[in-house]
Amino acid sequence: MMNRYAAITLLAGTAALAACSKKAPEELPPPPVETTAEAPVTTTAPTGPVVGSQEHFVDAVNGQNVIYFDTDRYNIDSADAAALQTQAQYLGQYRQIRITIEGHADERGTREYNLALGERRANAAKNYLVGLGVDANRISTVSYGKERPVALGSNEAAWAENRRAVSVVIN
Amino acid sequence: MKKIMLTFTALLLAAPLYAQNQDLGGPVSEGGAVETAGIDASGEDAEGGLTFTVTDESDWADLGVAIPAFATDRDVATPANTNGTAALGREVARVITANLRNNGLFKPVGPDALPQPSFAQIRAPSWATWSGRGAEMLVHGFVQARGDGRLMFGCYLYDVALKDELVREGWVVPPADWRRAAHKCSDLIYSRLTGESPFFDSRIAYIAETGPKNKRVKRLAIMDSDGANHRFLTLGSATALTPRYSPDYKRLMYLSYVDGNPRIYVYDIGTGKQTLVTQSTNPTFAPRWSPDGRYILYSMAVSGNTDIYRVPAGGGSSVRLTDTPGIDIGGSYSPDGSKIVFESDRSGSQQCYVMDANGGNQMRISFFGGRCATPEWSPRGDQIAFTRIAGDFNISVMSPAGRNLRVLTSGWQDEAPTWAPNGRIIQFFRTERNSGRTALWQVDLTGRNERRLPTPVDASDPAWGPILP
Repeated sequence: MMNRYAAITLLAGTAALAACSKKAPEELPPPPVETTAEAPVTTTAPTGPVVGSQEHFVDAVNGQNVIYFDTDRYNIDSADAAALQTQAQYLGQYRQIRITIEGHADERGTREYNLALGERRANAAKNYLVGLGVDANRISTVSYGKERPVALGSNEAAWAENRRAVSVVIN
Repeated sequence: MKKIMLTFTALLLAAPLYAQNQDLGGPVSEGGAVETAGIDASGEDAEGGLTFTVTDESDWADLGVAIPAFATDRDVATPANTNGTAALGREVARVITANLRNNGLFKPVGPDALPQPSFAQIRAPSWATWSGRGAEMLVHGFVQARGDGRLMFGCYLYDVALKDELVREGWVVPPADWRRAAHKCSDLIYSRLTGESPFFDSRIAYIAETGPKNKRVKRLAIMDSDGANHRFLTLGSATALTPRYSPDYKRLMYLSYVDGNPRIYVYDIGTGKQTLVTQSTNPTFAPRWSPDGRYILYSMAVSGNTDIYRVPAGGGSSVRLTDTPGIDIGGSYSPDGSKIVFESDRSGSQQCYVMDANGGNQMRISFFGGRCATPEWSPRGDQIAFTRIAGDFNISVMSPAGRNLRVLTSGWQDEAPTWAPNGRIIQFFRTERNSGRTALWQVDLTGRNERRLPTPVDASDPAWGPILP
């Protein structure tokens, strides 16, 4: 077990390098809006996002809670792998945290196929995390197909941003 | 204290059911039955009439059909129209005129531009009046308020040149269903003149869309084939998608995110209750009925892999029909129920396949470049409509063997074809580039008659039901 987490830490180092060659869109989508309420700021407690919040997770993985896919594909490429390794490291550190992986597709697909494709993408991300040692019971999946785009244009750049799997903290 | 605990427990137990139904509006009251009534023959045999056959709707576009107001023997107010049966007779003629005009088949002239025939003239038309106006076909009809509170409608089609009756029929309906009599009359005229099966007396289920592209509200809605009697069935708090009417119109299947996950529900229109299509925590998509209503097809993702399953509509165990590692989804039965056309990306991209109803003999049928998605078997059995993806998304048809590809539309994104009950018109939805706005459209099999179906708000995922029982 110790070895595995050590390995993740090492991999996380390469993640930062891999991020440079990421095929992802130039503009990262805004963080998901459904962040849980932040802890009230008191005079004594340190400020900043609290453990268990989406914001804390996104900060800790340096925005790599989202991975991106090519058209009609669901394979985990090197950039995705690096991001997922960072997520796995976080989940290894905070073992009480559970996540949902939301699978999405771009608008240039038929509705039902896109629902199935989003589910396939979410599961590809989940399986990768499980392969890195995260307990499968801590990860649920949901597909939104093309129903929840973050980029609203009808062009290649927008579609690239929308073909994604987003990890969201649920507790 | 104990009582409070019991109440609390009861609430807890009730919670899942509540959650499952919380996006539903109130139950919808369905209209009564339409009874076909004999209307007394005025001596002549109604045989004969047109002797030519129709092979192309365009030949009909110039056929003048006069549709004056229906007459009444006694003008009385009814729940169908408080201004009386004479006003109702005018409304009925307007509905028939709109039906025949909107489908591009004929050149109808409605009651607002025509003289009003008397009740006696319904069975004995004033031929000179109509031939003088250049009408080739003449529709006459009457409305009678019956003692039992129902309404009697008579519908007659005359050939003005032949001075002869071509067909007649009568119906008794509850006042709330008066539009159905107008649709029945439209169907009678359409069928008699074209030789095709009827389709006006039918309903459409679809998804009503509002709000911006990234926060779209999607509600289940239903309407008559002409857009009338529009009703929202869900409230919009949960995304609803892909409805399908059961062949008897008693149930609707659709996808809802009401519990947070995509799941197919079977909604009973009469009771307003709904149940999951299968008791599984896996996501389910793409609900379909068999033509006889005895079976349901649904697609289910297990560990990310989607396959097609069949379950008896009355409940029972599911049978898995496909088992490839690709996405197998959808499914549309041939009219005789023996075959299913479906979509799969097992070859690497979305293509259309046909299999036996038990899942045997799966064979790809689409080999024309581009992708083949959302196949729907025509109620006539001779064509399969689908979304062709080759750059843009366009509604296309092919034979069940995958031959004779014809692309019928040319929008940027036209998808999800659904057939009129007679297999002559295809409805689909068109998405606008960038704005993401959606609307329902219809196209006939020639591809020439294309029109937008007006809806109160944006609209997608149309599902055209069969002729009403």
